[in-house]
Amino acid sequence: MAVKKFVVGLFDDEAVLFPAVKKVRTAGYKLHDVYTPFPVHGLDHAMGLRETSLHTAGFIYGITGTTTALSFMSWVFNVDWPLNIGGKPHFPLPAFIPITFELTVLFAAVGMVMTFCYLCQLMPGVKKHIFHPGQTDDKFVMVIELTEKTNAEEVKSFLAAAGAQGINEQKAEAGWWFGRYDKDDEPYLRKIQTANA
Amino acid sequence: MHLKYESTLREPLVDGVKDYHQVTEDIISPIEGKPGTLWYVGFFISLTLLGFGAFSVFWQIYFGVGVWNLNKTIGWGWDITNFVWWVGIGHAGTLISAILLLFRQGWRTGVNRAAEAMTIFAVMCAGQFPIIHMGRVWMAFFILPYPNTRGPVWVNFNSPLLWDVFAISTYFTVSLLFWYSGLLPDFASVRDRAKTKLRKLLYGVAAFGWTGSTKHWQRHEALSLVLAGLATPLVLSVHTIVSFDFATSVIPGWHTTIFPPYFVAGAIFSGFAMVQTLLIITRKILHLEEYITLGHMEAMNKVIVLTGSVVGCAYLTELFMAWYGANPYEFATFFKYRAAGPLGWSYWIMMTCNVITPQVFWFRKMRRSVAVTFVMSIIVNIGMWFERFVIICTSLYRDYLPSSWAYYRPSWPEVGFYMGTFGLFFTCYFLFAKYFPVIALAEIKSILKTSGENYKEKMVVYEEEPAEKFAHDVAHAH
Repeated sequence: MAVKKFVVGLFDDEAVLFPAVKKVRTAGYKLHDVYTPFPVHGLDHAMGLRETSLHTAGFIYGITGTTTALSFMSWVFNVDWPLNIGGKPHFPLPAFIPITFELTVLFAAVGMVMTFCYLCQLMPGVKKHIFHPGQTDDKFVMVIELTEKTNAEEVKSFLAAAGAQGINEQKAEAGWWFGRYDKDDEPYLRKIQTANA
Repeated sequence: MHLKYESTLREPLVDGVKDYHQVTEDIISPIEGKPGTLWYVGFFISLTLLGFGAFSVFWQIYFGVGVWNLNKTIGWGWDITNFVWWVGIGHAGTLISAILLLFRQGWRTGVNRAAEAMTIFAVMCAGQFPIIHMGRVWMAFFILPYPNTRGPVWVNFNSPLLWDVFAISTYFTVSLLFWYSGLLPDFASVRDRAKTKLRKLLYGVAAFGWTGSTKHWQRHEALSLVLAGLATPLVLSVHTIVSFDFATSVIPGWHTTIFPPYFVAGAIFSGFAMVQTLLIITRKILHLEEYITLGHMEAMNKVIVLTGSVVGCAYLTELFMAWYGANPYEFATFFKYRAAGPLGWSYWIMMTCNVITPQVFWFRKMRRSVAVTFVMSIIVNIGMWFERFVIICTSLYRDYLPSSWAYYRPSWPEVGFYMGTFGLFFTCYFLFAKYFPVIALAEIKSILKTSGENYKEKMVVYEEEPAEKFAHDVAHAH
């Protein structure tokens, strides 16, 4: 969580965005993020992001479900309360399959969604800075972080050359905070307000 | 030129001249406006039905299951019929969103959101029946394997009825997660263009703080794909397990190995019919004809005629096996008391609605007719209700002992309970249609430039030139 300075460029078309991302990376600017209204395939690779390991997590949750179901049912039928049900075996594997399968799916799905929300910091009440309201509508918003080495004007003209429109500079909280979307309540603004009061 | 190319031979999935903003506008503006009179009328009818259902359930709980017309011979009647019917309807949503995602069917994007919502509401309705039919509903938690003071005496993990508990609850949870994870980005779209404070606040909470970051989209895609992979066998397993409730018993008419595929096909059949019923009304009222096109309806009608024919094959196979199996009791069930006898009329309603009438969909003109599709979608669901009624009641009402033979017709609390689930279903659906993006916004945008009508028209130029020239131009584009 830190307040940072950014240069924001809007793109109307993903076909313009891709070469621009490539140029930003070769120019060596610090690409904070690109916000898009829908998943643009290949953009993660163009930005040099690594593959997500969410599937691996899902697999681990899945086998946790499998072992939980199998071991619990066998424990109940063999150890805790062995019951003679119509002379059937105490370890009826075929009869255990449906519940084992369901729990595998349940654990994998619930675990993955929770991991997804944790990794992306998604939760009711969580708020993040929106660089442009069009980023969930029709704009592809490229955000470049300004470090002490970068010159804001230079980045702006660079973005303009790459085809961006509506280029502006913003000071914003880079992380998330608990807040409401009907209020301007960025943590650093709150601090300024309390200092002024 | 767009990054992806799709032949103009394929019908566009989005009609009209659209850009990304127009898509947002078309889909979100119904949420922002006031609902029309029709919405209020429909919503209050649904609420009334729900109230009547609640009263019927209260009546049954207060006086006991005796107020239902079930008896010693017919232990399962409308309750389980309705349960299986609703669960079946709940199969189309996950099928559309999961299986068609894996098959890369682009047309899924126009209908998946509403179909998934329908799934969730239908499973909610279905769940009422097994719980209420227990009689002493306050003991319903006995079906959960929790450590108790009665031994602990655990539930019987060998029992298909317990498998059902796990299957239905897992199915509901996974469908809900799948649906809601897809809704997050669309809620964020509503939030970011909201004008009123209340809408900003509520959709802000509902969107969980979604921003549209590329990394988040990457994870979102991975999540959708794995959830689709998990939901595909899940959707097949759920109705398979429901069919086990019958197939693992020894009642003639139930004890057949054909049940799992037969039930799954029937579920998809009825589910798609319900999707058609709802979407034909939704697209008309919300003016979404350009997103839910005749092409979408045709694709679903193809699924209906396929699964309807699978179900028809299953009916004939059952009849054949009843004769070929040489079991006199099974023969009697099918030929004396199901296709004939006092409840024989229900069998012929089922046959007509499920096997004969859907054959109109072999004709393209019929598949693309809104009126025919609407009527057919209702006929199919009547037929599928009777299928479950036939399977349950005609197998039970003539058992091994002629002295216990009986007839069955529902009492008013049974009918009221069924009406009440309609109330619940449509109340939820009306709220969904008003307050949720009815079409998966982000997904439509991701296919817009390959499958939108105005973008496809631009491809005509490329279609006319030889393939070699096109490949050359793409390779040396920059």
